[in-house]
Amino acid sequence: MPALLQVRDLLVHYPLSSGFLRRRTGVVKAVDGVSFEVPAGKTVGLVGESGSGKTTIGRAIVKLAPITGGSISFKGEEIANLTRDEFRPWRKKIQMIFQDPYNSLNPRLTIFGILAEPLEIHFPEMSREARRRKCAELLTDVGLPSGHLDRYPHEFSGGQRQRIGIARALAVEPELIICDEPVSALDVSVQAAIVNLLRDLQKRHGFAYLFIAHDLAVVEHISDHVLVMNHGKIVEQNSSEEIYLHPQHDYTRRLLDAVPKL
Amino acid sequence: MPETAPARPFFEVKDLRITFHGRDRVTEAVQGATFRFAEGETVAIVGESGSGKSVTAMALTQLLPPHVTKVSGEVNYQGKNLLTLPAREIRKYRGKEIAYIFQEPGTSLNPVFTVGSQIAEVIKIHLPGEKDPKARAIRFMDLVGIKDPAKRYGSYPHELSGGMNQRIMIAMALACEPRILVADEPTTALDVTIQKQIIDLLADLKKRLGMSVILITHNFGIVKGFADQVVVMFRGKIVEQGRTEDILANPKHPYTKALIGCIPRLGQKVDRLPTIDHDQLALAESQAKG
Repeated sequence: MPALLQVRDLLVHYPLSSGFLRRRTGVVKAVDGVSFEVPAGKTVGLVGESGSGKTTIGRAIVKLAPITGGSISFKGEEIANLTRDEFRPWRKKIQMIFQDPYNSLNPRLTIFGILAEPLEIHFPEMSREARRRKCAELLTDVGLPSGHLDRYPHEFSGGQRQRIGIARALAVEPELIICDEPVSALDVSVQAAIVNLLRDLQKRHGFAYLFIAHDLAVVEHISDHVLVMNHGKIVEQNSSEEIYLHPQHDYTRRLLDAVPKL
Repeated sequence: MPETAPARPFFEVKDLRITFHGRDRVTEAVQGATFRFAEGETVAIVGESGSGKSVTAMALTQLLPPHVTKVSGEVNYQGKNLLTLPAREIRKYRGKEIAYIFQEPGTSLNPVFTVGSQIAEVIKIHLPGEKDPKARAIRFMDLVGIKDPAKRYGSYPHELSGGMNQRIMIAMALACEPRILVADEPTTALDVTIQKQIIDLLADLKKRLGMSVILITHNFGIVKGFADQVVVMFRGKIVEQGRTEDILANPKHPYTKALIGCIPRLGQKVDRLPTIDHDQLALAESQAKG
């Protein structure tokens, strides 16, 4: 059985242009030949510094970044070359959680509005009452009171907003959730609660995570398998235990060293 | 030697109380904070968002907006209570004696001026006698580990990385050789690798310049090996304070234990990370109060 997500030789190159005529003067190889798999129901961690290309990989999978080459297959079907419209049915299967809980929720919508939006798109046959029931369930699922549906994002703390972002991703019952630095903007205490929540939800719903972060301690904690990325390439990948116990690459050792020891 | 408690401590915060007066409610952000430290010592004020740690730091030099905040208590430094100094007086302390670096280097720097000119500007204000502010700025850029500082002097903030901009902020704070540096979450927005570099840099500078540092953070991970003392704040109150190694080895308050426990440790996978149950803690607090 093929893995849920298979990425082969992925390339994301951005042209550099300069001067009055915007002539091509070079390329930035944001992602430069990356291959990995995410098995169903498992968590794959993707760790690296700012500029390593880790975020671009996540964005390329859901068509938020242009793909220059390579293949991405989801449940055995090639999705790398689909247009945005053709990709729409897959968007339901592959959801994303973003870093900044302050900027990723529309401030003018209530929580119900935010959670109902993906339902309206992907389940148009659902009645308004059914949507409201579903949204209330989603809130409970992420540990928020279901009565908070009519509140606005500004009434919530950073950790609570991240829970709302998670609920929005869960709404369409995805099989893969790409988490892009989901806890790095949060206090360590809140971070722990969100990491626990992500693990609980995975146990309950069985989806897979691609967990992108710069902090190897968090990645090692949540992941089954870890990919270490530097300058657009995966320099090392292994089970999270092996990455910690027997790091092979100097860059991995540097990331391990940077984690504060308590 | 803080244990021997000299007659007049180098720096002392005594029964600091801060209230915010909103349109329809009053919030007690800090409810009686007391701590002191000796010259050259580093104090970490650790707590979560909303614990009052940042406003405590800002109150030290009257940085809070006066029309909506009420600050009482004492901040004793060089024989004066900084809280009662008139605006003209406190300005001489701010930046020169007590300098600040904040969390987001990206938004703390002015995007339309070169980073070097922003450092030189601070030098001109606080050290009017300095003949060559540019040379001094370049010297401090070099000190904080910026390569080719003379060239980088003319760079704009957007041309530098987050870690580099934070070094610029540190250079700016240090350029007038303050005796106390207040670092409010200086590494929170940065990669862990850069975080380590910045903390190592601060530790090194602190030693070389003999200054004190007040580190404001939510992360116990960066406190070890850096701070001499720890002050733990929870909901506007100091719930525990002491020497860093004692607190880390033997935390007494459940909140301190939780803050230390919630950090994931490499190679020690647990099914669930310990988290902080705020309702439980608040209950314990109110019972303790009697």
